[in-house]
Amino acid sequence: MFRFNEWVIEKLLIVAATVSVVIIALIIFIVFRTGLPLIVDEGVINFLFGMDWRPRAHIFGIFPMVIGSFLVALLAMLISVPLGILTATFLAEVAPDRMRKLLRPVIELLHGIPSVVYGFVGLMLLVPFIRTHLGPPGFSMLAGAVILAIMALPTVITISEDAIKAVPRSYCEASFSLGATHWQTIRHVILPVARSGILAGVVLGSGRAIGETMAAIMVLGNIPAIPDSVLRPIRTLTANIAMEMAYAPHGPHRQALFATGVVLFVAISILVVISNRLRRGQ
Amino acid sequence: MISARSSEKVAKLLLWVSGLAVLAILLLIVGFMLIRSIGVINPEFIFGMPTEGGRGGGILPMIVGTLLLILISVLVASPIGIAGGIYLTEYAGTHPLSKIVTFGADWLSGVPSIIFGLFGFAFFVVFLGWGFSILSGGLVIACMILNEIIRTTQEALKTVPASFREASYALGATKWQTISRIVLPSSAPGILTGIILGIGRASGETAAVMLTVGSFMALPTSIFSSVRPMSVHLYLLAIAEVHPGAVERSFGTAVLLILIVLIANFSSHAIMRRFTQPMFHR
Repeated sequence: MFRFNEWVIEKLLIVAATVSVVIIALIIFIVFRTGLPLIVDEGVINFLFGMDWRPRAHIFGIFPMVIGSFLVALLAMLISVPLGILTATFLAEVAPDRMRKLLRPVIELLHGIPSVVYGFVGLMLLVPFIRTHLGPPGFSMLAGAVILAIMALPTVITISEDAIKAVPRSYCEASFSLGATHWQTIRHVILPVARSGILAGVVLGSGRAIGETMAAIMVLGNIPAIPDSVLRPIRTLTANIAMEMAYAPHGPHRQALFATGVVLFVAISILVVISNRLRRGQ
Repeated sequence: MISARSSEKVAKLLLWVSGLAVLAILLLIVGFMLIRSIGVINPEFIFGMPTEGGRGGGILPMIVGTLLLILISVLVASPIGIAGGIYLTEYAGTHPLSKIVTFGADWLSGVPSIIFGLFGFAFFVVFLGWGFSILSGGLVIACMILNEIIRTTQEALKTVPASFREASYALGATKWQTISRIVLPSSAPGILTGIILGIGRASGETAAVMLTVGSFMALPTSIFSSVRPMSVHLYLLAIAEVHPGAVERSFGTAVLLILIVLIANFSSHAIMRRFTQPMFHR
């Protein structure tokens, strides 16, 4: 028996399900359509590796921003990954029930705090601290890295913890029965088995760090130059877009900001694909 | 050579220290905010109109702006997200569409908010001609929270035992009757949790909103009005020149933003505890 109602509903549901694909297609179409012509005109090499960003003179080189995004994300992950993996291990293996119940909402809240609030904390707390104790100007790669590290923590912790919990209990029991201590089991059995899942969390966390805008803008100082120390200000790709979109007139300058978006989008997409592969490989 | 027992002790200590460090980070952020905002948050601040460009008075228009953005984004994203989640869990099976949609949703969740901002600016603000408006911003946020709602819907539907569905089919109910009268009501709390988490995200979103809603500091008169959401207000106050009134009010705004996230997290937990557990003990 053919039921018309059921048929209509199923088709409506299919349409709703495809909306997210339509959105991603629209984003790609719109951002690339505006940005790509400029990259082609300037030449990929000139745009990506150009050292000068002088929109008024129509010189668009984003290499300092590429390096800025990369370095600050790398430094953030150097802080976030060890702390995140240790905390995940703590939660999955060592923490007593009460501690776990306390930390879970803490991590959720850290995940939920808006990035503009993180940026604000960085601006009010970290930037002055660095300025007085480590040297001016305070607005620096270090300040950004610390804030981005905290912001990436929940992602790293949650995904690593899932990966650790997915390790079959029998592996641990086998290790214990051979006389291994708990820590030996964690180090030589659990963490190696969970490696690919943990890596997925790390990759996803670095994606978050590279894509972060507000916190970056507020503490990094936003000077488009390649830094010679972690105390120097830098500008990220995201900051480049957010700072200049407000006043960029219609024309090449605005196109160059969309082109910056193209580069950012491609970089993030690569990280998303890698992270998915790793998670499936587990 | 360190004995297994002492390395066990050192390692456990390290794990505890990392867990407590994560707790300390949150306490530092929240404590700092609370101390600095003492005396700022009062009825005049919440229900008053801003004076001197936000450096004096209250933030009523900003709160209204944020609430309207939340309302629009949730009203748009919830039906689409829930329908999408239903299709993926109940209908798609191993259909190739399911893989494409899941990948699209994953991809979408990795896209940085500034890219959503570029997209929203070019599509809603310029191409559709809606200008900097609540409507443009609300729809951009809807795109951003869609994935979260799809995913929580899927998870909630999966927790409904197969026996519920089988019992309904055995009584002669059609597929849609079963879903709408049996499956959806029993998974409603889980779905609601996803929507509440979407509200949390919508309230703090800044980068995408700046490029689509603008920053007009007055009460909106229609959905085509530009507003200045709390998040954008916080950013603009924080980067402006140092002025005691502005600093004080930026702390107040930041605490209110954290409070919204806190309430969202807390109520989603409360809902899950209140409604889901009894279902399995029945």
